[in-house]
Amino acid sequence: MTATEEVRADPVRPTGLGPVGWLRWAWRMLTSMRTALILLFLFALASVPGSIYPQRSISPDRVAQYFKDSPGMARWLDRLWLFDVFTSPWFAATYLLLFISLAGCVFPRAAAHLRELRRTPPAAPRNLSRLPQHASFTAPGATVDTVAAQLRKKRFRTVTGPGWVAAEKGYMRETGNLLFHAALLALLVAVGAGGLYGYRGNVLVVEGNGFANTVAAYDRYIPGQRVSAESLEPFSFTLDDFQATYVATGDRRGQPLDFSAKLKVTDHPGGRERPYDLRVNEPLDVNGTQTYLIGHGYAPGFKILDGKGQVAFEGAVPCLAADQVTYTSECVIKVPDAQPQQLGFLVRFLPTTVPAQDGSYVSVFPGAANPTAQVFAFSGDLGMKSGQPQSVYQLDTKNLKPLVMGFKTKPLSVGGTLPLPGGAGSIQLTGVREWISLQIAYDPGRIPALLAAGLAVLGLVLSLTVRRRRVWVRVTEAEGESTEVEVGGLTRTEGGPGFAEEFSQIVTDLRGPKAGETASRQGVKDAH
Amino acid sequence: MPTDVNSGLATLSDQLILATVLLYVFAMIGYALDLGFGRVRTAAPARVLVPVGAGAVQTLDPHTDGPGAGSDGRKPPAWAARAATLAVALSCLGWAANLGAIITRGLAVGRWPWGNMYEFVVAICFAAVTAFLIMQARQPVRFLGAFVSVAAALGLGFAVRYLHVQAGPVVPALNSYWIAIHVTAAIFASGLFILAGVSGALFLARGDGPSRLPSRDELERVAHRAIVIAFPIWTFAVIAGALWADKAWGRYWGWDPKEVWAFITWIAYAAYLHARATAGWRGRAAMIVQLVAFGCLLFNLVGVNIFLSGLHSYAQVP
Ligand code: HEM
Repeated sequence: MTATEEVRADPVRPTGLGPVGWLRWAWRMLTSMRTALILLFLFALASVPGSIYPQRSISPDRVAQYFKDSPGMARWLDRLWLFDVFTSPWFAATYLLLFISLAGCVFPRAAAHLRELRRTPPAAPRNLSRLPQHASFTAPGATVDTVAAQLRKKRFRTVTGPGWVAAEKGYMRETGNLLFHAALLALLVAVGAGGLYGYRGNVLVVEGNGFANTVAAYDRYIPGQRVSAESLEPFSFTLDDFQATYVATGDRRGQPLDFSAKLKVTDHPGGRERPYDLRVNEPLDVNGTQTYLIGHGYAPGFKILDGKGQVAFEGAVPCLAADQVTYTSECVIKVPDAQPQQLGFLVRFLPTTVPAQDGSYVSVFPGAANPTAQVFAFSGDLGMKSGQPQSVYQLDTKNLKPLVMGFKTKPLSVGGTLPLPGGAGSIQLTGVREWISLQIAYDPGRIPALLAAGLAVLGLVLSLTVRRRRVWVRVTEAEGESTEVEVGGLTRTEGGPGFAEEFSQIVTDLRGPKAGETASRQGVKDAH
Repeated sequence: MPTDVNSGLATLSDQLILATVLLYVFAMIGYALDLGFGRVRTAAPARVLVPVGAGAVQTLDPHTDGPGAGSDGRKPPAWAARAATLAVALSCLGWAANLGAIITRGLAVGRWPWGNMYEFVVAICFAAVTAFLIMQARQPVRFLGAFVSVAAALGLGFAVRYLHVQAGPVVPALNSYWIAIHVTAAIFASGLFILAGVSGALFLARGDGPSRLPSRDELERVAHRAIVIAFPIWTFAVIAGALWADKAWGRYWGWDPKEVWAFITWIAYAAYLHARATAGWRGRAAMIVQLVAFGCLLFNLVGVNIFLSGLHSYAQVP
């Protein structure tokens, strides 16, 4: 079936048909091939802004930056959902219309194709020589039955009448085409269902710590509309060790080569612990819930004494890398319990420290070969009681009194202690651990989506490579040597290997090996 | 994991690329001489014996019985045909050098040699020339040689000048067997799309009258063939990409800019196939759709990496 044959493509607008007529007209309009093409284009066009503007679901920090840089513009873009293109109403509208249009054309076409599959090839036209492919010859002994048998051997479907054979082949084209379109439909359903019944979340885990898959344990948790908190796969793990390997020499020095996180995984509460080596490209899979390694960093450990000599803080503090090449990282420690005054620290962590010429210290390599911490200490009211939410990675130093500014002083090595001036206390670098950030995702639609995509490719290949073709043979039996055989061929679709060659092969085979110097005329006309 | 780079092989690879560019340029001159001084071809005569989509046996060979043979009455000089033969030989040499450059680079770094933009573009040019050489062996499409050679030489020159990075190991995200599947498919599809794009551009550049360029029908046929093969490969590349994203990024589809533009490219080529099957759209209109699709493909290869930031880590341009 070709697009050209679709009679429905351009429905005439009804006049005075009443609501039913209008509905029918709208339905035909929506399910026509041309509308589908236009919707397809719209769908593609609608996704373009999603590649231009930062998207909340992918990079919320870049969206926030956009709001900071040009607030007026950002507000307008936001009103048009341009930071949430793929969840916006207008994107959903194109998606839905395309979905309906596809469904509206696939189901009726499938029904028509089923009927077609049971129908026999149409009878031979009166004048075979008018067909694009045509040949005639004499073949002693040829009968309708032998010709039909020969064509069936070539996997043609045949029907015979008095003196003629009609044969057709290539039904796989339409089957493939329908399979492709139906698979697209299934793909859309799988993607939608995955979004509804799946969830994803992010969490940061420091070496030595663990994670149990509950909503409360996530730093960020994004469930689909149909996910209940109880349905989360109840697995847990601890992070024993994280190792990063970098290129050590040459002009790619510092480029990461391999990340590996050694986990101890418990698949369900009370289950046996098993070791797992989590790497990039090798997620942990627990019954379809996938855990991915997506980031890493340093978490130096600190012990902080306050002015009264009490331990006011002790633990590992995750730092964010400010520079990927040297992994110079920054973090914040807030000590609201310190007495008599609260303490706040900004820390620059240098994994491989060397002194620079201007007297400061810098890191030259992302691995922790000579880890040190530069400390900037403050005292005063941290403002944590005001009720305003604060980021753990930021310290507002506006109202604080600076105690130590550590740029040019020798940074703390592991085990080193820095006394704070004025008897405010001390800070000690007790050790260096690493952290990893993980994405945990459950998407029940991923396997169905893969199956649908695979079927779509199969259908696509069939519909692009198979050619629907018909062959008719008229056998005029005569006495002796002069049985006249006339063959005509027609293909209505393009693609695949040449029909002309196949046709001449069929003719050669029908003539048989004994065929002599019979008058044969083989005309080939433009098939289109 | 191999981290050592065999610098001897890496240097050899760089030299082979330069040789490749030179050979492609020489080949281009040969093809151009044939085009410029060879036979003039008329527009597709109304009813020639050319079944659309027929294979090598039945199609016309412009060097033997082209319908427009010497329509101005003069016989083309014999050396024009020889130039064409020489050009094909040079293309084959260039192709071998291109292949050699890819293999030595791969051996130098001990991994699949398409882990960054430079290596990727080199491989695509190789795929385009491969597609052309295979097609010209089976069909009379030698005329495309000049244009495919230009495209490949320009592509390689651009890669050497603007994209070249020293051979070295890849970041962990690219260290996966999926690179062999996903990127290889994308490379082959892109090579074929380039062939189709070149034919499409010639189609539009050529008028309907006599020309040294082949007939519009021939150009259209070449483009359609290339796309019919390339489109399923491209589809497969996109799906393999989704499978890899599922392993590497925690989701199989997340509307990353590269994903968006692969999708747009896919739709545009699907639209070409639809347009070609729709009455009233064949010929010029379908060709324009094809070139728009080709534009999307190029934007995805180059523009997305330069203008839009995404997750594809090969995309860092020096
Ligand atoms: C919604 C209604 C749609 C209708 C009525 C429709 C109809 C058709 C028709 C009639 C053909 C021609 C088959 C032939 O020539 O034998 C076709 C082919 C095709 N369709 Fe669709 N289609 C629709 C949507 C889509 C969508 C959404 C896509 C995917 C993006 C798509 C991709 C294709 C492809 C790749 C072909 C093969 C082109 C060819 O045979 O030359 N179609 N479709």
